[in-house]
Amino acid sequence: MDSDNITREKELARGRSDEQEPRRLRTAQGSTANRASETRTEPAVTVENLDMYYGSFKALQDVNMLIGRNRVTALIGPSGCGKSTFIRSINRMHEIVPKARVEGKVLLDGEDVYASDVDPVRVRRKVGMVFQKPNPFPTMSIYDNVVAGIKLGGNHKKSELDEVVERTLRQAALWDEVKDKLKQGGTSLSGGQQQRLCIARTLAIEPEVILMDEPASALDPVSTQKIEDAMEDLKKKYTVVIVTHNMQQAARISDYTGFFFIENMGDPGRLWEFDETSKMFSNPNRKETEDYVTGRFG
Amino acid sequence: MNLLKRIRRGHTSDTIFAFVALLFGLSIVVIMGGIIFQLWLQSSVARSEFGWSFLWSAAYRPGENEYGALTFIYGTLVTAFLAILLAGPVGVGIAAYLVEIAPDRVNRILGFVVELLAAIPSIVYGLWGFFVLAPFLRDYVVPVIQASPLGWLPIFGGTFFGPTVFTASIVLAVMILPTVAAVSRDVIRAVPQDQREGMLALGATRWEMFRQAVLPYAGSGVLGAIILGLGRAAGETMAVTFIIGNSPRLFDSLFDQGATLASIIAGQFPEAGGILLSVLIELGLVLFIITILINISARLIVSLISRSPRGGIRA
Repeated sequence: MDSDNITREKELARGRSDEQEPRRLRTAQGSTANRASETRTEPAVTVENLDMYYGSFKALQDVNMLIGRNRVTALIGPSGCGKSTFIRSINRMHEIVPKARVEGKVLLDGEDVYASDVDPVRVRRKVGMVFQKPNPFPTMSIYDNVVAGIKLGGNHKKSELDEVVERTLRQAALWDEVKDKLKQGGTSLSGGQQQRLCIARTLAIEPEVILMDEPASALDPVSTQKIEDAMEDLKKKYTVVIVTHNMQQAARISDYTGFFFIENMGDPGRLWEFDETSKMFSNPNRKETEDYVTGRFG
Repeated sequence: MNLLKRIRRGHTSDTIFAFVALLFGLSIVVIMGGIIFQLWLQSSVARSEFGWSFLWSAAYRPGENEYGALTFIYGTLVTAFLAILLAGPVGVGIAAYLVEIAPDRVNRILGFVVELLAAIPSIVYGLWGFFVLAPFLRDYVVPVIQASPLGWLPIFGGTFFGPTVFTASIVLAVMILPTVAAVSRDVIRAVPQDQREGMLALGATRWEMFRQAVLPYAGSGVLGAIILGLGRAAGETMAVTFIIGNSPRLFDSLFDQGATLASIIAGQFPEAGGILLSVLIELGLVLFIITILINISARLIVSLISRSPRGGIRA
């Protein structure tokens, strides 16, 4: 990657973290005049002026973020400041909560996922999600868990499915542990294995973006390590956004970090600062970020 | 005497509480045993007269002192299965709508109506079946079925008068609908939200989510709801007595008249004496055993499903 690209990437990543800067953001179109030649750095997801409501309660205010393609973006911040809410707005998963609604734009490849003609089902096939608690389908075998998403799209040849199962389980660093018992139930696995099964299941639908909502928070350190290892490989092919409460994890695995924060109780959550991970953890612009990453609160 | 030892230990109030609770618990067993014992005792005349062949004899001619239970067992099973065939899908559908789709307010209102349906007295269903449903079926439904491509089937043959097996089955279906719907609703609601989210996140539509994730997860519970409905349909008495015609025969057509164990007991009991009374009590014993068998099989099926390596057979 040449130096020009790197500079560009930094710019994209920084988004609007600077307080003084007017609350406006280059759109995906505006910021990349010559997109074709810069596909590597064109943001996979562009979030513009996103507000989020649960009924009359405003959960998020004015979030702007450029999520770099083939990068790992970590979202950190105290509990209840809207990180999970935010990533759910990217694949429209919040819509299963009654009265939840969003204002603003989320552009996926330049297309607004909230445009009236966009089907949330299609969005979710492009933006996969791994949840906090491993949730394999208990009535399905390991094999069936992996191909559950593909089978939704229609029938496939057995050989094709076999190939997908092996490939995705390898990517999720689970293949060696389960290759001899693919017919067993998905819930027969340990918690860490279940979570990697869920990652494989998500990879099988070949999304562009993978959202992870504290994927390792319910797991032991060894399982966490395996998932982090898997993520290192994942970012070669996918754009990953991960919510985590584990500072070390964010520092270890991510290229960019966003810090969400609520200044006063009852306020909506905001994206307080967003930058390259190294900058966020060594020399952040805002005091609250520094306090948080150094463990002074939260 | 582990039990007594455990009861004696600890505070006096705990001892009293444990003892009283145990007493109440045992009372169920005592009542159950008492009922079986009485049915057994009082049917002794019939049992010694007809022996085991009572169970598979289709004859029922009080004037000639010939009695058999087969026509009633047959009628009970046919009406109950037909009722569950109708009420099962509808009940599960109602449950699915209530849990997955209905907005809060609709949910409350519809849920209330379903429970109200369960509170309507049996005899009112009977009256409704006799005076409203039967004429409606006769004028609008039966002609359509008989004119349809399936009309030649023997089960749809004959002339429909009103009180028939068909009418009784439909009334039964309506009566057990609240049971099936309410129990299914509870088990479907108990499916963890993360199962739904997991399937939706893979790009499933709501229907696919329900079909692939929710229903399999709730499967054994829904089956339990259906079998519970079956048990209720088998034992239902007043409404069926009113609208099935109470005629002991091995009917071919659903548009014929029939009788169930419960309906014949209710229908004949007021005038019964001597051997007929004993026969009716033996029929009651048979009904009791059938409902117990249905419940035991329900438990067996549920435990088998939840114990088997889930999904291990597929793919």
